[in-house]
Amino acid sequence: MAFEIPNFAPALPEIFVFTMICVVLIVDLFLTDKNRSITYLLSQATLLGAAILSVAIQSSVPEYTFSGTFVNDGMGTVLKLFIYLSTAVVFIYSRDYLIERGLYKGEFFVLALFAVLGMMVMVSANNLLTIYLGLEVLSLAMYAMVALNRDSSVASEAAMKYFVLGSIASGMLLYGMSMLYGATGSLDHTTIASVISEGSSDDIVLKFALVFIVIGLAFKLGAVPFHMWVPDVYHGAPTAITLFISAAPKIAAFAMLMRLLVEGLGGLVEHWQDMLIILAVLSIIIGNVIAIAQSNIKRMLAYSTISHIGFLILGVIAGTSDGYAASMFYVIVYALMSLAAFGMIMLLSRKGFEADTLDDFKGLNQRSPWFAFMMLITLFSMAGVPPTVGFYAKLAVLSAVVDIGLVWLAVLAVIFSVIGAFYYLRVIKFMYFDKAVDNTPINSAYDMKVVMSANGVIILLLGIYPTGLIALCTSVLA
Amino acid sequence: MIELSDFLILGAILFCISLAGIFLNRKNIIIILMSIELMLLAVNMNFVAFSHYLGNVDGQIFVFFILTVAAAEAAIGLAILILLFRTKRTINVDRLDSLKH
Repeated sequence: MAFEIPNFAPALPEIFVFTMICVVLIVDLFLTDKNRSITYLLSQATLLGAAILSVAIQSSVPEYTFSGTFVNDGMGTVLKLFIYLSTAVVFIYSRDYLIERGLYKGEFFVLALFAVLGMMVMVSANNLLTIYLGLEVLSLAMYAMVALNRDSSVASEAAMKYFVLGSIASGMLLYGMSMLYGATGSLDHTTIASVISEGSSDDIVLKFALVFIVIGLAFKLGAVPFHMWVPDVYHGAPTAITLFISAAPKIAAFAMLMRLLVEGLGGLVEHWQDMLIILAVLSIIIGNVIAIAQSNIKRMLAYSTISHIGFLILGVIAGTSDGYAASMFYVIVYALMSLAAFGMIMLLSRKGFEADTLDDFKGLNQRSPWFAFMMLITLFSMAGVPPTVGFYAKLAVLSAVVDIGLVWLAVLAVIFSVIGAFYYLRVIKFMYFDKAVDNTPINSAYDMKVVMSANGVIILLLGIYPTGLIALCTSVLA
Repeated sequence: MIELSDFLILGAILFCISLAGIFLNRKNIIIILMSIELMLLAVNMNFVAFSHYLGNVDGQIFVFFILTVAAAEAAIGLAILILLFRTKRTINVDRLDSLKH
């Protein structure tokens, strides 16, 4: 058997990011706290370089390399670009927050970039092994990031819970993968899909494998009943890390769902459809109802994430390319909204003070009408009020579900998102109609204010002109 | 001759022991970490058995990767455990309850 040198071109962004992580790691050793901004700029340059490379090597037909374990296709490119974007925004938002808390170290950037690398591998995986390795690079980096604030006992508790539940999820996923390997005799998604469509493999073993894989995916996505870690991790981790965990990894989790369930196990659609319906219904109900009872805004947004994950799953349930495109649109929009919401918490926080209770948002309109308006747009978008983009995201997944005849599911989702609107509107009431408890002026870096405003304006503009992004999602999934 | 099903049953038993170890144990986090390792080993048993009976080497390669990742995971798990002990002075599972609303 001759050894062939694989085609490295489709994996250039990954190779670049990995090389740059090593550079950042070494450069950071020689820096003092005063010139830590070099690490920051290098990390931003890494993301920019990766974005340029991803655009340069994009291809409309899927390109396979490394013996078919790695694929570069349209969906991968778009999702990777949004992963870079949201990570870059996280770096901008979290800089002052981390400096004030003594966490502005090279570790944060290196771990975040490793997580980005893991997400990129997950997005481009075409093999069970590649998916698993990408997932673990992402998860291991995130466990360490949650525990970044070493003096905080809640952060270490959150990290432990995240670690244990994340490891159980990986174990479940792996057990399912081993059964899938036994049933189909291959680790390659393309081969698995063709073996399943031939119908030569044992149906019982396949279904058994599918149950474990869906449980593993549900854990990673944070869908009910596998959501226990989400509120604790969101609450316990430093807000900068919560911001990171809530945005880009959701995009990667969507990619994993697509690669595993749709591309690998697409032949079993009628089996996983039922399982996903249960996950989606429970997520939407429990996420929206429990969020009402929260007084900590990070916890409230964690439950709101769970309900958004339910909506995201709705589009995949449809099993049509319109449904997948709707889900992809939803996850991108969700990442934008989540960046704005958690970014606002960091904007209001200052040294020695976390603006993480609902009361801290009281009277925000008197303190800063502009940022109160940005938060208003974000919350309206999360609740799904037109003309913000969240409305179109919900509309797209719901119409995909109605198209396959599951009207009851759409009606249920709408009812619970109306119930969910209550806790978003409550924050808006606090911002506009209550007196400010805390009148400290909002001081933050100029670039953060600019990006924050851009983030809010984009949510509004995408709501007025959503067709471009929707068309992009549809075209890469057609 | 040992059948494939024997290996799978062993894998399933190991997997169940590890799950029980995680969910029934209310005392010590180290036991949870051990159970997590056992869970990965149960998966390895499945992969090796399938790989042998299918005459396909991919499963064994997967096992090498799982073992490597398990080592990294154990390192991070123990690091978090030490952190937890330093901040809380306990590694009792029941005492991890400060994160409730």
